[in-house]
Amino acid sequence: MFNAVSKSPWVVHFNCNSCNGCDIEFLACLTPHYDVERFGILHIGNPKHADVLVVTGSVNNRNARVLQNVYNQIPDPKVVVAMGVCTSSGGVFAGCYNILGNVDLVIPVDVFVPGCPPRPEAMIDGIVKAVGILERKRKGEIFPTAPKPLCKFKPSEEQSAEKTAIKEEKTV
Amino acid sequence: MMDKINWTQWIIIAVSLVAAPFIGALIAGLDRKVTARMQGRKGPPVIQPFYDIIKLFSKQPVALHKLQILYAFLHLVFMMLVVVFLAMGQDLLMILFAHAFSTICLVLGGMSVRSPYSRIGSLRKIMQMLAYEPILILIIVAIYLQTDSFLASSVMSMSKPMLCSMPLLFLAFLSAVAIKLNKSPFDVSTSHHAHQEIVKGITIEYAGPYLGIIEIAHFYETAILFFIIMMFWQTNLYIGFGLETLAFLAILILDNTFSRLTTTWMLKYMWSIPLFLSIANIIWLWSK
Ligand code: SF4
Repeated sequence: MFNAVSKSPWVVHFNCNSCNGCDIEFLACLTPHYDVERFGILHIGNPKHADVLVVTGSVNNRNARVLQNVYNQIPDPKVVVAMGVCTSSGGVFAGCYNILGNVDLVIPVDVFVPGCPPRPEAMIDGIVKAVGILERKRKGEIFPTAPKPLCKFKPSEEQSAEKTAIKEEKTV
Repeated sequence: MMDKINWTQWIIIAVSLVAAPFIGALIAGLDRKVTARMQGRKGPPVIQPFYDIIKLFSKQPVALHKLQILYAFLHLVFMMLVVVFLAMGQDLLMILFAHAFSTICLVLGGMSVRSPYSRIGSLRKIMQMLAYEPILILIIVAIYLQTDSFLASSVMSMSKPMLCSMPLLFLAFLSAVAIKLNKSPFDVSTSHHAHQEIVKGITIEYAGPYLGIIEIAHFYETAILFFIIMMFWQTNLYIGFGLETLAFLAILILDNTFSRLTTTWMLKYMWSIPLFLSIANIIWLWSK
């Protein structure tokens, strides 16, 4: 009875800057084929009722503040699951003029789920992992945040030059 | 009226106060399970609502202001009062008022915060009350017409089952129950299944244990409503239980076949067909 936290994780889903691929796959978890409700997982829209924050997409200048706000509204204990490569490195958006990059620049992330987009099985697995961490957080055991997958992306010299050019244009 | 409560009554009150939330939670769990099966899913375990409640109470309490917490507690306390009154067979009108005041507390709690979703949810809750209260009052009137008494205990003195003399009122009452349980097409104030619209409506600003209190009050309410359905066949409790099961399935099928509709539609519908049915039933009882 005392691990009830891990038996009813309520999930709030925040779409940062995703291409919607991850979001559609995440919603597929709710369909009869995968049915996450059998683990007691409910997809709710309100951060104040949630335990798990699912983030998709990379952070940009606009939504960094919003993401932080949503994170702060979730009552403790809480965990963050980052879905897709965009959340760990910026993915296909890395190097865009408006992109800050990975999610853990803004909020602490507990589980990274790899894939572009991850399969629904991988997403469910990620949430179940996160629920284990949630339980340990409730007990007061301090838990390190997830090791981040290596970011191999480096903007080419052309791209960097372009970026600085845009920045200079703006400042002028 | 009773001037002293004796031991047996104390025990009945204690048992019903303890049992009611458990029954309500089990009904909620069955509800989720059967709904999942109707949609071709496996569904959560039947005791899932218990896990939810325990989890909510282990979360960090967050509230915007103290008044909001008070309203959540009042909502629960008045719901418990309704259970006590019903267990003692007290005045039906008193029960109705306590129940209405409990709902009003929830509305006040929703209105006391500045979230627009919470306010929209509260306004819709008032519309819901407006839709179902007349039917509850007409049921009490019908009981009075037959027994010359407003006491809930007088129902037991009727020789024939209530369903035989008020079948139309029973149908109207089912609509009222669907509204109270926030089932589609009447699911407007909390938007239970469609959180994209007003997120969670009236409970949006409650978090952790305070949400748990509101959930427990909701379990009490569910138990009360199903107890009243059972009372429609008060002479034989087994048939009453069968009636309850049928009503439960009917409401779930209604929930799964309809989409959510608007508040205005709900009000128009409730004030036309169920109200007409109830008044027809009252006229029939009165002329008999
Ligand atoms: S990881 Fe892939 S699918 Fe997911 S948001 Fe990024 S680009 Fe889209």
